[in-house]
Amino acid sequence: MSGPIKPVNQKAWWLVLPVILCVAFSAIIPLMTVVNYSVQDIISPERRVFVGVEWFMEVLRDEDLHEALFRQIQYSLSVLLIEVPLGITLALCMPAHGWKSSAVLVVVALSLLIPWNVVGTIWQIFGRADIGLLGYTLERMGVEYSYTGNATHAWITVLVMDVWHWTPLVALLAFAGLRSIPDAYYQAAQIDGASRIAVFRYIQLPKLRGVLVIAVLLRFMDSFMIYTEPFVLTGGGPGNATTFLSQYLTQKAVGQFDLGPAAAFSLIYFLIILLFSFVLYNWMQSVGTADAQEKSHG
Amino acid sequence: MQLELEEIEQRVGSDVHLYRQSLKLTPGVINVILGATKAGKTSLMRIMAGLDQPSHGRVLVDGRDVTNMPVRERNVAMVYQQFINYPAMTVAENIGSPLRLRGEPPARIQAKVRELAERLHIEMFLERLPAELSGGQQQRVALARALAKDAPLMLFDEPLVNLDYKLREELREELTLLFASSGSTVLYATTEPGEALMLGGYTAVMDAGELLQYGPAADVFHRPSSLRVARAFSDPPMNLIEVTQSSEGLRFGSGVTVEWELAEGLPERMLLGVRANAVALQPTQRSAALDAHVELAEISGSDSFLHVETAVGDLVAQLAGVHNVEIGSAIQVHIDLAQAYLFDSAGPLLQMPIALKGGR
Amino acid sequence: MALIELDLAHAYGANPQKDEDYALLPMQLRFEDGGAYALLGPSGCGKSTMLNIISGLLAPSHGTVRFDGIDVSAHSPQQRNIAQVFQFPVIYDTMTVEQNLAFPLKNRGLSPERIRQRVGEVAEMLEISHEMNRRAAGLSADQKQIISLGRGLVRPDVSAVLFDEPLTVIDPHLKWKLRRKLKQIHHELRLTLIYVTHDQIEALTFADEVVVMSRGRAVQVGRPEDLFERPAHTFVGHFIGSPGMNFLAASVDGSSLKVLDVVLTHDRNLPQGDLMLGIRPEYLEIVPPQTPESVAFEVARVQDIGTYFLVACRRGDVTLKVRMGPEMIIPTAGQTVGLRLISGRTCFYRNEELVL
Repeated sequence: MSGPIKPVNQKAWWLVLPVILCVAFSAIIPLMTVVNYSVQDIISPERRVFVGVEWFMEVLRDEDLHEALFRQIQYSLSVLLIEVPLGITLALCMPAHGWKSSAVLVVVALSLLIPWNVVGTIWQIFGRADIGLLGYTLERMGVEYSYTGNATHAWITVLVMDVWHWTPLVALLAFAGLRSIPDAYYQAAQIDGASRIAVFRYIQLPKLRGVLVIAVLLRFMDSFMIYTEPFVLTGGGPGNATTFLSQYLTQKAVGQFDLGPAAAFSLIYFLIILLFSFVLYNWMQSVGTADAQEKSHG
Repeated sequence: MQLELEEIEQRVGSDVHLYRQSLKLTPGVINVILGATKAGKTSLMRIMAGLDQPSHGRVLVDGRDVTNMPVRERNVAMVYQQFINYPAMTVAENIGSPLRLRGEPPARIQAKVRELAERLHIEMFLERLPAELSGGQQQRVALARALAKDAPLMLFDEPLVNLDYKLREELREELTLLFASSGSTVLYATTEPGEALMLGGYTAVMDAGELLQYGPAADVFHRPSSLRVARAFSDPPMNLIEVTQSSEGLRFGSGVTVEWELAEGLPERMLLGVRANAVALQPTQRSAALDAHVELAEISGSDSFLHVETAVGDLVAQLAGVHNVEIGSAIQVHIDLAQAYLFDSAGPLLQMPIALKGGR
Repeated sequence: MALIELDLAHAYGANPQKDEDYALLPMQLRFEDGGAYALLGPSGCGKSTMLNIISGLLAPSHGTVRFDGIDVSAHSPQQRNIAQVFQFPVIYDTMTVEQNLAFPLKNRGLSPERIRQRVGEVAEMLEISHEMNRRAAGLSADQKQIISLGRGLVRPDVSAVLFDEPLTVIDPHLKWKLRRKLKQIHHELRLTLIYVTHDQIEALTFADEVVVMSRGRAVQVGRPEDLFERPAHTFVGHFIGSPGMNFLAASVDGSSLKVLDVVLTHDRNLPQGDLMLGIRPEYLEIVPPQTPESVAFEVARVQDIGTYFLVACRRGDVTLKVRMGPEMIIPTAGQTVGLRLISGRTCFYRNEELVL
């Protein structure tokens, strides 16, 4: 019998059915609703007019949107550029064996366990000049620190908060990746007289590549949709200095109750993240594919 | 049970993992699949077990088509290279697991477990966890479990390759004895020609996804159907010398001519193949002498391997016993033509060694 | 190139009391400058531990390691200037072959011309000059091992090259190529080479001298032919040779030797009492059953191993193996044959040690 390989066990589909129903109910149907809204003008619950791609055009022409997008890209890039190297460095310093290793792991992971709005609240209070340790210390040192009044200060605070919150994720992933490198590589490097930097550059970094792809993708996607922490900390201010894309979207949809444009914007937002992630992933994999191709022909 | 692969082919995307081949396994003996690392041995085993589906062809068990039967329903036992055991179960529970799944009464399970453990010399470890045992002991637990299942088809994918050589020798012996008494069809994959011969039974030689030859091990060894089989099934590698036809018989590249009765219709240029043990320091009844320059001498106790450079190329000679020949010395080697094969440059065997014509 | 002397013991715990506490029992070994040595033994015998102590990756808990007379026990591998090839190829994936080979020299600060020259020489010797610009990650396992080896050889002042079961991942027919290459390199460069393996063929073909180890002890040190012909210990007789030596319990009374309830005469100066008789399958002679001074056995099994035959002979619950070349007359299963147990090659052991 020639032809495509037949599935061997059809019963497996029955087991997946409940999950399909749940996902359909909670995700797919709402998504379809959004698509529906995005091509309609909802003047009132009874009156809906089909407007085609008009909302999409309007959204794409929106100056405020462009600014928010630009801010968002800046933010995500900064987050990646700081957190990835910092996380790797942290992982390199963490002990590998024994009780110290477990203790350090727990301490490092603590910030990941905090609910996101609490993170925002912690930093909000932390940065206040009257009751926050950071704000108070900075004021005593003579620095005019105000995350509510000064846009730069607000930016830096939001960034530092994110770094504090999420670098441990990168560190944990890198830590796991480092554990998988066999000892023989370090021994060979020692025998070859390689310096610590050379060991990092030629052994650890190449072997961490798989893990780094995951870390970069996760941090990129999460930071691109970030909402809770900056919202709690600065509310998007001062002005719209820290209004990132998701907050802008929410303002439009919930604040102004413009469902049509908001729905269109949601879809565009979704596609942007998808596109960036796709490009990023392929780029990072292509560095490894060059090796894989050589291997199969070698 | 009679296992047969009919016109099996396996493609993944544009890569061909297994070229079209048919194989009918012989029950009651060890069937060895011999081939280098990427030859396709594991792919073939997985199709037999039901873990993978072939892109073309059928798998027949006792005449019934089981190609689409999932592996759970086929009665197969498999032992892997990596000593796979249930880590959270004791040795006794590991060995007994197939029996418990079958619903055997506990008393019987206990008796059977004890019997198998004793046969494999691991009865003192019955209450330990696999992680506490050495590699060889863990692999024996895996073997005991496979035997407990008493499946009509047993597959062994290079099970001894991660063990040290002496342990490998001992377990190989035990395996041949264990299977002599069971009626299952046994399949054993290996990369070592020596192992294929020591296990006896039938050997299937694979190379780059193709099944080249299948038959009794010694037969395939002494009568390779092509150059590729001879190459895959020789350790040390077979010596190959280019020869052309001449008036008396054959002419070597260096000018030496030998008498040889050639059949009709053979090509002008051929390859003469002699295994290392047919190259000696003394002439035989029908041998060709070559001047040689010793490059290397390797002594392994029971044999000495001499690597020499001659006008017709580099050759390896396998001599019995210890021969300490000085590196760089000039000697004469004698190629026993009675044990020489003639191959077509493209591959197929043209003429068998005369020594074998008498039948062995 | 260095003369390496070991006078040490190694235990993992603090206060070793019994033999089992030691990974390496107290021993003294000497590796001559420029010699090729093999450390041979089953898994767990301590050979890798010894290699790591020689290389400096592990410091011995008791005793010293000397290189050319200097105590280097506390020195790192770098300081001892050794090179090591591991079980699986260890190469720098992101570099090309040339960069891999040049790496140790760059770290030592040699000039670029000198590096290029040295790398060229080594690549030539290892026959990989044509692959210099390929990315190392794309090569096959045996080529990667050659590069690992090359990284060790490229340093002109390397004191010793250590091998930790380097052919483990290599296919059988490529093993031949690599073994030959190693031997050639030894012949050309005359470096001190120490090779750890559990495969007796690798050990015996590679080394000038083999250290046979078992359970932390160096059981015998000698040339391959000596280990084969006169093993000093029953373990050596068993471990070396495929299959290993045949052993039989025997007892001596005057000039008669009783083995398997048959009495044979001997003309050796044997001690009285119980002994173990050892004879290798290669030296066990098959003769017609009624020949004097032979013991009758029944042929249980005949295996054609391609280039030789293995004949298993049984008497009672004792099975002996005989190795016969294809030119000999091979008996058939079920046949009764005689085995000549005492010959010039028979060894006698008491308490596992060679007595005669």
